[in-house]
Amino acid sequence: METAMPNIKKHTISLLVSNKPGVLIRIALVFARRGYNIDSLVVSESPDPAFSTMNIVATGDAQTLEQILKQLNKLVDVIHARDRTDEDIIQRELALIKVRCAPEVRTDILQIARAFDCDIMDLSEKSITLQVAGKTEKIDSVNKIFEPYGIIETMRTGKILMARGEEYTP
Amino acid sequence: MAKKIRSGAAVIIETIEQQDVSCVFGLPGGSAIPMFDALVDSSLKFILARHEQGATHMADGYARVSGKPGVVLVTSGPGATNTITGIMTAKMDSVPLVVICGQQTTDNLGLDAFQEADIFGISSPIVKHSYLIKNPQEIPRIMREAFYIATTGRPGPVVIDVPKNVSSAMIEPSFTEEFHLPGYKVPSTGDLAAIEEAARMLERAERPVILAGRGVVISGAEGALLHLAEKMQIPVTNTLLAKGAIPETHPLSLGMPGMHGTAYANMALNNCDLVMSVGSRWDDRIVGDARKFCVNAKKIHIDIDPSEIDKVIEVDCAIVGDAKLILEELIGYLTKGKTDPWLKQIARWKKLYPLRYKKEGKLKAEHVIKELYNLTGGNAIVSTDVGQHQMWAAQYYLVSNPRHWLTSGGAGTMGFGMPAAIGAQFAAPDKPVIAIVGDGGFQMTLPELATAAIHKLPIKILIINNKYLGMVRQWQNLFYENRLSGVDLEGSPNFVKLAESYGCKGFRIKRNADVRKVLTAALEYSDGPCIIDAEVEKETNVFPMIPAGAGLGDMILEAPKAKLAKPVGGA
Repeated sequence: METAMPNIKKHTISLLVSNKPGVLIRIALVFARRGYNIDSLVVSESPDPAFSTMNIVATGDAQTLEQILKQLNKLVDVIHARDRTDEDIIQRELALIKVRCAPEVRTDILQIARAFDCDIMDLSEKSITLQVAGKTEKIDSVNKIFEPYGIIETMRTGKILMARGEEYTP
Repeated sequence: MAKKIRSGAAVIIETIEQQDVSCVFGLPGGSAIPMFDALVDSSLKFILARHEQGATHMADGYARVSGKPGVVLVTSGPGATNTITGIMTAKMDSVPLVVICGQQTTDNLGLDAFQEADIFGISSPIVKHSYLIKNPQEIPRIMREAFYIATTGRPGPVVIDVPKNVSSAMIEPSFTEEFHLPGYKVPSTGDLAAIEEAARMLERAERPVILAGRGVVISGAEGALLHLAEKMQIPVTNTLLAKGAIPETHPLSLGMPGMHGTAYANMALNNCDLVMSVGSRWDDRIVGDARKFCVNAKKIHIDIDPSEIDKVIEVDCAIVGDAKLILEELIGYLTKGKTDPWLKQIARWKKLYPLRYKKEGKLKAEHVIKELYNLTGGNAIVSTDVGQHQMWAAQYYLVSNPRHWLTSGGAGTMGFGMPAAIGAQFAAPDKPVIAIVGDGGFQMTLPELATAAIHKLPIKILIINNKYLGMVRQWQNLFYENRLSGVDLEGSPNFVKLAESYGCKGFRIKRNADVRKVLTAALEYSDGPCIIDAEVEKETNVFPMIPAGAGLGDMILEAPKAKLAKPVGGA
């Protein structure tokens, strides 16, 4: 194997897989064996219930990823797996963020929420729960900007993808 | 076939019968009883092993010799987990196996019920594919899919977990229903542009070498390989698993390369200007340090598995597909090689650095194996275990025909040799079958001697008995200041008496002068299995040797005077 400096970065992978038990184990094993950490994973049924689509965000070097993709494509239950990292593709993530929100800061928080197109899902005496959608970077920024107020919890869906135009994504 | 209602188990057995296999190897248990009950009415021959690992290696040996799938039938829990080493062995060497495991009833799954093990999960990293059948109606489809997946493309083991209520359920099977595997691709012919590119590279090469792997044997490409090699006058080195892919007596044969390969095979690889792998995966026992491997050579890789391309060695030309179809296509583009000076150079290496061993003194394993080769004319089916004797057998038992050499290459599974020989004999009842084993590995699966004995299989079990776990002792001797640790095989039985206690014949060789006489008697003995206990010199090392992780240029031809650095490579 080449000893070029490993080029570690986040990769976005889309898969079309058979909708069967055990598929996820096989896919997770391929990543784990090569030391790739799965950062996020979204599985949903495709229009044909025999298949599911998966979006995986994982961190590692490009050369290992190439090997992982080949091994994923080798799995009987994987119809295909593709690296979509550098493609022009619609990428979205959704997050719920629960922020400490005493009455005296409520106006500030609502202003920020509006600036980021957040929806208010819940408001209590001391907290506010916001829903934010967008690219991963946007969600990271929203998280960061609310940090000084005290984030109670954040729940993120993981990245979902869709090809532009008429192309079918996975 | 008229439709009629029968048990899921009966349908499982029926689908095995449809596969043109004659034998099923295994061992029963509670949750597999419905399938064993169905076997009673079957034309299949059931071979009762003494341990499920043995059964799996038998099926593996059967598959390697016959080219058909090996079938294993075991029970749940420990029965299933005992097959794991055999499954991994088959996976590493691309052997088609279908392993059918009984299982607890579906409502007991995940409850730690008696003899319940998640064999689907346990085996998933080492199978080509696997199934847990929950709906009895799926049995015909899954069984046919399993055999199809196990035997096509790059073959491998498939596990089918069958809960007892599923095998007991009454169903009306349909064998005509098509199955769809949209995620399973079987490459066949190679890309024409890549083949033309390979042809141009081969035409230009002045010092080419072909590295033939087990893919040649699997695809039946030995004829095409020989044709190509002779037409272009290209020397061929075969991997450990590909012994027999080209007759090793052929002038163009270099024998085996790699860690304990011939000096001339390694020198040829180290000095070639082109290397073409056909169905080999550039295993680390061959390549050593990948950065130093064939640095000045163009590389062509023919493989049916796209995930092997650029995995270990980055190549200049890759052709994905079936080795036989690709070679046949490739030959059409080739005219004539210009390799005369190269072949002369190789002939010089062969003359200067032949395989050799000390003939005087105590009994030498190499001598015993070489005599065995001479006496059998190289025509026997030979299986081996793993360790020093395996390397000596690879070096001195030349193989001329495919499917005549069985060894655990990728996995390095000790205990493989004798049960594999049993499977081989069932696949080829009229062929002489010899298991060359070590005193260590043999004892890992020795209860299978009973299996060989009750079927009166005339297999010969040659134990290269050096009273050590010899390969580890060799490493400790060469790289760890001879600090021997955990390698003394004190307490082994008297193997001749052991044979007799199983109702088998036992022979012993102690001296060089007895080798021919005893081996001849053993080869003539046909009333069931026999053991030949060859008490060889204890501390002989295998040479040549390339330390793990080193380059081919770092080959050691004979015992070194100075202390060697510890190898950087694994295992």
